[in-house]
Amino acid sequence: MWLTGLAPVGYLLGCFATGDLGSNPIELVTRTLGDWTLRILLATLALTPIRILTGQAWPIALRRLLGLFAFAYATLHFAVWIVLDFFFDWEQMAADVVKRPFITVGVTGLVLLAPLAATSTAGTIKRLGARRWRQLHRLVYVAAVLGVLHYLWLAKVGVRTPWIYVAVLAVLLGVRVVDALRRRARHARL
Amino acid sequence: MLIRRAPMFRASEITDETLYLDRRSFIVGGAAALAALPAVADAKAPTGAPLKAARNGAFVNPDAPTKIEDATTYNNFYEFGVDKGDPSRLGHTLKTRPWTVRVEGLVGKPKTFDIDDILKTFPLEERVYALRCVEAWSMVIPWIGFPLSALLKQVEPLGAAKFVEFVTLNDPQQFPGQKGGIFGGSLDWPYVEGLRVDEAMHPLTLITVGMYGQVLPNQNGAPLRVIVPWKYGFKSGKSIVRIRLTADRPKTSWEKAASQEYGFYSNVNPEVSHPRWSQATERRIGEFRRRKTLMFNGYADQVGSLYAGMDLKKNY
Repeated sequence: MWLTGLAPVGYLLGCFATGDLGSNPIELVTRTLGDWTLRILLATLALTPIRILTGQAWPIALRRLLGLFAFAYATLHFAVWIVLDFFFDWEQMAADVVKRPFITVGVTGLVLLAPLAATSTAGTIKRLGARRWRQLHRLVYVAAVLGVLHYLWLAKVGVRTPWIYVAVLAVLLGVRVVDALRRRARHARL
Repeated sequence: MLIRRAPMFRASEITDETLYLDRRSFIVGGAAALAALPAVADAKAPTGAPLKAARNGAFVNPDAPTKIEDATTYNNFYEFGVDKGDPSRLGHTLKTRPWTVRVEGLVGKPKTFDIDDILKTFPLEERVYALRCVEAWSMVIPWIGFPLSALLKQVEPLGAAKFVEFVTLNDPQQFPGQKGGIFGGSLDWPYVEGLRVDEAMHPLTLITVGMYGQVLPNQNGAPLRVIVPWKYGFKSGKSIVRIRLTADRPKTSWEKAASQEYGFYSNVNPEVSHPRWSQATERRIGEFRRRKTLMFNGYADQVGSLYAGMDLKKNY
């Protein structure tokens, strides 16, 4: 899992070493990190549906590590924007966060992921209590929706890959909704 | 930051008179070289074939030109696909011979030009222009071509002509991006762009047939495109088959696709944001730090007067 999670960064470092980052390296690095943030985030959100559909418990063991990888990629993506793209031009970046909806939702998504990463240890689960911890971690749904929206809004005319992410996210959230409704129905019958 | 802006002419840049008087032999030499081209590369598109033209010192951007590898592999040319690597990967599917350009509409003498006649008729020159993409990146490219005004004068535009429309080849066999996928196409084909007549007649506006001392590569809009250096790149139509003079403003492809994002004028303007990003800065391909975007892409002295009194925020 560690190897898989680190592979995209390794790939970028390899391209950097051999000078294969293309004509606009900063754009390529930003995009690659953004793509992998969303892919890993969606993979994290796929674990519960896999458990629901297969009845297997193993996916849940991977949730924390995958979630932390998603947060790490989002942070790198953001850091590249700050350092490489705008080189600490705080004024313009602040203006963009406020004025450009796709940047606003992207930054908001990252901010929402931060407390989830910070409370990912077994100790904090105990301290918060499982119930409150679970409520807090529902923020990941909001973050995922904002992340996909970020991609959808920044894509130019004719680029349709964001819709794949929209579809996958809809399925992953849909499975949860159906499952919750069925469980509620079962409860009502009891 | 020091903003350098080249004056239109410097005394030292005026062509030497003897060279000027001898221009015919120079052109004949160039034409002879061109005539030899099809023999060299008959099956393939004439990509990479040398094209000679003297540099016009009055139109040389002082910045270092972008590497040719970047200028020929990082392209927006949706006819080949929406990815910037698509045009260079798929460019070979475009056939640039035979090729004609129909110039028609509100003109006294409509005419169909053959590309090879164009190359023989109009004296070619090299100009180094800045190219600013609406996506906030830029390049500096040595183009080879001649003023569009020279071509338009041949067809004698009528007084009623107020706009010029440029139409790109529409042929999904040669342009895979025009086929459209399962989810539909990217733009409404053919690609249509347009200028006001005074913009089209401006000395900066170039019909372009080459770059970097070579015949224009397919991915850059071969065999013939227009270059309007003070506007965002998408205004400069590629692989043109028809030029039409009209009384009404042409409806451009990007206006049809997203008029609030891509206006008819689309002059480079650091103060007017694209709805989704700022245009205040740009990344020059090959450079690390962003640089400030200049009004009219640095050509304000030459073209500012075209827009005197106009609200450029409204006429974006």
